[in-house]
Amino acid sequence: MRLSGNIIFLSIVIIIYLALGIADFNLMKLSIFNFGKLFLKILPILCVVFVLIFLSNLFLKPKKIAKHFGKGSGILSWIITIVGGIISMGSAYIWYIFLKDLKQKEMKTSLIVAFLYSRAVKIPLLPMMIYYFGYPLTIILTVYMIIFSIINGLVVEKIIESP
Amino acid sequence: MNFPQIKQALLKTLNNFKQSLPILMGVLLLIALINTLIPKNIYAKIFTGNAFIDPFIGALMGSVFTGNPITSYIIGGELLKQGISLFAIVAFILSWVTVGVVQLPMEIQTLGKKFAITRNIISFITAIIISVLAVFTLRLIQ
Repeated sequence: MRLSGNIIFLSIVIIIYLALGIADFNLMKLSIFNFGKLFLKILPILCVVFVLIFLSNLFLKPKKIAKHFGKGSGILSWIITIVGGIISMGSAYIWYIFLKDLKQKEMKTSLIVAFLYSRAVKIPLLPMMIYYFGYPLTIILTVYMIIFSIINGLVVEKIIESP
Repeated sequence: MNFPQIKQALLKTLNNFKQSLPILMGVLLLIALINTLIPKNIYAKIFTGNAFIDPFIGALMGSVFTGNPITSYIIGGELLKQGISLFAIVAFILSWVTVGVVQLPMEIQTLGKKFAITRNIISFITAIIISVLAVFTLRLIQ
């Protein structure tokens, strides 16, 4: 059976804990206690995130989202692309394949970049962000990320299309 | 909407969490360990509060790491509690999701070398710019 990178990572951390336990048992106990405190603190937020991701998986399908963006080049296509990026879920790998297909169908480079950048805004994870960084910074960051998804799109397009 | 659709969405979500859980647990265990072992003044020596160097280091760290953004928020939030400057934290969480050194080969393969490299470099620079802008904006409104 092939172990995934995630399991290997967790195993290494557990081995570090065991080594620490051999060297200084009390320090290991204190670290486990701190881990428990940390885990309990974020557990309610994780539950909210779970519900939001579940709702996204229920209502938003990649194929349906991809169908709507990349059309035209007006303000509406920017809005559709950025909203698409924000509500898109799942691994970036899936989206690279969709975007490759859309690129072949002549989707603009600027829109592809804007889509990938606006994926940084994760609505289901906003409760976690608010918990750690507060409402003001979360709102400021979200606004900047949306603005810069457009700027980045235009800059990358200009660089790529320059001779 | 019917029962199979709800079941499918629930299974997909559980699968997402199942995949992220080992990393999440590992990161939490590491944070707890670091919090216990490393004195807080060490961070102050690396992150001095400089508006240009701190976000650069933060963006470098975020570019190399990958995974669910939840992990970056947890690491960022805990580092913030250790007194690391907000410049570094914002650049870190931004580059975590927008720059992908690990995913770069896949991005090159699907979207082209010039596109992937340019996009990642611009996203790296943007993470630094946004972190400076966001922190100054926050200071302005508070």
